[in-house]
Amino acid sequence: MFEVIAFYLFAFLTIAMFSITVFTKNALYALSSLAAGMIFISAFFFLLEADFLGVVQIIVYTGAVMALYAFGMMFFDSINDVTEKISSPKVVFVLTGMIALLVVVMFAAPIIGENAQAFYPVHPEYGNAQDVGLVLFTKYLIPFEVAAVMLLVAMIGGIILAGKKMDISYTEMEEQDIDKEIGKDIK
Amino acid sequence: MILNDYLILSTIIFVIGLIGVLRRKNLIMLFFATEIMLNAVNIALAAISKFHGDLTGQMFAFFIIAIAASEVAIGLGLLILWFKRRNSIDLDTLQSMEG
Repeated sequence: MFEVIAFYLFAFLTIAMFSITVFTKNALYALSSLAAGMIFISAFFFLLEADFLGVVQIIVYTGAVMALYAFGMMFFDSINDVTEKISSPKVVFVLTGMIALLVVVMFAAPIIGENAQAFYPVHPEYGNAQDVGLVLFTKYLIPFEVAAVMLLVAMIGGIILAGKKMDISYTEMEEQDIDKEIGKDIK
Repeated sequence: MILNDYLILSTIIFVIGLIGVLRRKNLIMLFFATEIMLNAVNIALAAISKFHGDLTGQMFAFFIIAIAASEVAIGLGLLILWFKRRNSIDLDTLQSMEG
């Protein structure tokens, strides 16, 4: 009973938040509603008894990813709306038809997978975090290490890409020099 | 709650993200829409993991979260670089090679 109420409540909230993200013109509204939607999504993970995934969702998505976006948006003048001209409806129609097909396939997929066997069954007596740890550090150890290397590469790449000309300190420069530097960037 | 409820919810959220990718011209909105789509897939994977009693779905969800985090780091770096160069994050400014 509570599961049903929680499911419909959070489904409504998540869909509403993500709709605001997609349809709003203001980038700051989009960012805050996206963060709210991410937290509401973690509720589904708790409902599905994937406690560790829910905690990771809150920490990584709303803690790290959203903070990264918030810092990234300081570089853009996000108060100004980007004027968007929407055109080429033909492409949209074709893609919409393909999406409809995809939806049918996704709804039909559980019928095909009815006799699926569990490779790594859930142990209710262990608890979710322990169970995840057991599988992650035995069967999925190599993908885990590869993911760690990938995150390291992404971190170095992000620093190199975003940190160009960070050695120039604007606080120690004269007004004219700053104007000259900014003018050079915009070209 | 049966598996199909979660899959329908996941599809609705995925389609919202897809509408965002198709409709928006602001590059940062495209990033947001991508995050929405990745989250929709995570819900589906967690639901299948629960209803089939298998932990593989949750494992894939973890790796998707790791991929999303690195995508944001690289993507925002490139976006900041592009904004410094063109002073705009409109998608149409990417179209610099018109034949």
